[in-house]
Amino acid sequence: MDGVREGPDRPLAAVLKSTQRGGSTRRGGSTRRGGSTRRGGHACPPHPLQRARLPLVAALVTALALPPAHAVLDPREMLPDPAQEARARDIGRGLRCLVCQNQSIDDSNAELARDLRRIVRERIAAGDTDDEVVRFIVDRYGEFVLLRPPLNAMTIALWASPALLFGLGALSTWLYLRRRRPAQSAPAELSAEERARLKGLLTE
Amino acid sequence: MIPELGHYALVLALMLASVQGIVTLLGARLGEARGAMLMAAGPSTAIAQAGFVGLSFLCLMWSYAVSDFSVANVAQNSHSLKPMLYKLTGTWGNHEGSMVLWVFILSFCGALVALFGNNLPASLRARVLGVLALVSVGFLLFILFTSNPFERIWPIPEDGRDLNPLLQDPGLAFHPPFLYLGYVGTAVSFAFACAALLEGRVDAAWGRWVRPWTLFAWCALTVGIGLGSWWAYYELGWGGFWFWDPVENASLMPWFLATALLHSAIVVEKREALKVWTILLAILTFSLSLLGTFLVRSGILNSVHAFANDPDRGVFILALLFLTVGASLALFAWRAPVLAPQGVFAPISREGSLILNNLLLATLCAVVFVGTLYPLFADLAWGAKITVGPPFFNAATFPLFFALLFAMGVGPLLPWKRGDLWAALSRLKLAFGTVAVFVIVYVAAIDRALLPLLGFALALWLVLAAATDFADRIRLGSVPLADSWRRARGLPRGIVGGIIAHAAVGITVAGIAGKGIAPERITLMQPGETTTIAGYVIRFEGTHPVSGPNWRGTEGRLVVLRNDREVAVLTPQRRHYPVANMGTTEAAIHTSGFADLYAVIGETAENGATVVRLHFNPLAPWIWAGTILMALGGVVSLMDRRLRVGVPARRRASAPAAVAAE
Repeated sequence: MDGVREGPDRPLAAVLKSTQRGGSTRRGGSTRRGGSTRRGGHACPPHPLQRARLPLVAALVTALALPPAHAVLDPREMLPDPAQEARARDIGRGLRCLVCQNQSIDDSNAELARDLRRIVRERIAAGDTDDEVVRFIVDRYGEFVLLRPPLNAMTIALWASPALLFGLGALSTWLYLRRRRPAQSAPAELSAEERARLKGLLTE
Repeated sequence: MIPELGHYALVLALMLASVQGIVTLLGARLGEARGAMLMAAGPSTAIAQAGFVGLSFLCLMWSYAVSDFSVANVAQNSHSLKPMLYKLTGTWGNHEGSMVLWVFILSFCGALVALFGNNLPASLRARVLGVLALVSVGFLLFILFTSNPFERIWPIPEDGRDLNPLLQDPGLAFHPPFLYLGYVGTAVSFAFACAALLEGRVDAAWGRWVRPWTLFAWCALTVGIGLGSWWAYYELGWGGFWFWDPVENASLMPWFLATALLHSAIVVEKREALKVWTILLAILTFSLSLLGTFLVRSGILNSVHAFANDPDRGVFILALLFLTVGASLALFAWRAPVLAPQGVFAPISREGSLILNNLLLATLCAVVFVGTLYPLFADLAWGAKITVGPPFFNAATFPLFFALLFAMGVGPLLPWKRGDLWAALSRLKLAFGTVAVFVIVYVAAIDRALLPLLGFALALWLVLAAATDFADRIRLGSVPLADSWRRARGLPRGIVGGIIAHAAVGITVAGIAGKGIAPERITLMQPGETTTIAGYVIRFEGTHPVSGPNWRGTEGRLVVLRNDREVAVLTPQRRHYPVANMGTTEAAIHTSGFADLYAVIGETAENGATVVRLHFNPLAPWIWAGTILMALGGVVSLMDRRLRVGVPARRRASAPAAVAAE
């Protein structure tokens, strides 16, 4: 194993071998890889940040970066039927590479992402609908793989938040504006103290 | 010796900052008469503090330049073979060094306030310097106790472990300083906000002081975010430029609020309204900068994240965050009612449009905030692991963005106090018409995908609306050209800067929309084979080994032909950095200014067949051209006369007139 991120001269045979290896889709496999802190040599995890302790800012951007960036999808993985392949790409864009940070399996070169891409294509070739493919993967990896969180009791607050927040903001703005209408803002009467001060100033 | 000097300078800076914080705030509390002596100590301590932090930063940079591997920080993040540029920029390419840079910029800004703040009321200046000093103390303590960059190691390693190769890049080398300038600029606005609360007074002069600092922070943040996304585009190898990643969002949230603050400060300055809200925005903007630091440093959002390795740091920053946010919000709750609201206006007016701007930007910020922290919340509340990825952020923010972009075109045309929406819209009828024609032509001839279409239409709308605003202001067409020219030269730079920045947003939006219709091609190519994309014929001529000072790799050669004529040669690389044992992808980009041809190579088989990924990204360069132009608009605005001239005195003279006009 230790595929993908080896040197640039990695022979094709090894690539093919690693993608064809049976049983590599086990969940345990990914966890083990994910937990490793060895430098280099394995799929996605030695996230660049992990090693280099970047500065905050570099991190700000590097995290866009996510894993070492060889994300070139291999045409040999693709399905022969362009329509099916397009479906696979669509599904892939919505699935998270579990051992990377926030990256879809389409963008990641991690071995797990490669395996997931293969599963997606296998399921599509077997005649599954898009929903069935996604369910197949969620059943095995949990909802964590979905980049778009599904709407349920737990995420209702999340999905409602844009409308709620905007509504709340709009309401307070309206209340504020109502108070600030020109007509309603006649200057307040002077207090006794102010009147005394004014008198003092005028007689000065 | 040099590292010890740097360490010592940091300790001295901490002492000076403590003195500065206590003495100035105490002096301001005692009042003009009794505290004058104490307040007078503020500027000199601020300048001295900046000097010592600067010295410390230089010492660290020196250690990097001479590759002093007895310093643990250098040994972990540098290498003797690294090019000098990256040795120097490596100074902030790591946690400890970046914190020193952060404090250096902070103390430098403090020194600027000290040097050029002579026209500020003495107590206001003292309080601003005091608050800045307290922030400095927090971060200096953080550095000295949890992230000392000058720690020595024994035995001294023969060579360093090298900087993450992804960071050995000009775009990323200068990305951190810009982002820090932005963050720290918000710290100055924050200090002004706290000082105003302590003073219990906010007036137009205050607005004029806060606005340039906010503008400055905003420009730097804009450039910083732009550089980061540009780097992601050419370095990460799949042509994306924004991924809604937590750490990215951490820089975007302060940007939203800084943009809002920039606009609400105009209202404070011109109309003395929205004072309380502006103060709150200034506090929140800086708080989000700190929150960003916490999110990134503590690693709570990404378990595989870099900084998770030191929970102490996370706890320290969290404490700092609570202290700063808690104290400033408490101060706000206590003192904000003192600030008397002024400046009445109707909902349909420039003020109203700026409130809408603030509403939309604040909502955008809040939505990104919720989306970024929701996984953490779900984990704490239900123990569930969920992901909130780009599909959520796109769905949640796009409607808000569209509303914002549309309103951005109309707002600047509304007059202050009371406006007529129909009058403003009818001035834009030419722009409307042009956009409508464009939409029809586009749908008929190019593409029907809704989102890119909306993006292009709004981009055009923004540019045309900005042009309309400009043309109206110089009375183009209704007075002789020479008169218009004179008017154009006489326009306040603040206005010109705003027009430039608004049009620039349009340019960036066009670039982003272009990514939505970008075709891509991924093929396995033998040397000599050709493929086509967007009317170009690409001939693959094989790969060959290349090497650099601290890497070796493979370079592909792709000849780009158009109508059988050679237009360009693309040489994408795959590099391997042996010391770091990491690889990078170097995309090759041929740009015409209107579109990018983008190529990346993948693995090469023994028979020479190579995976080639090609993108044709229409208008992609505009994303960053627009970003730069936005910042440029900010710079033009910064050069406005009223920000350069002794403002407060003039303002006092004109204030009664403004009141009478109501």
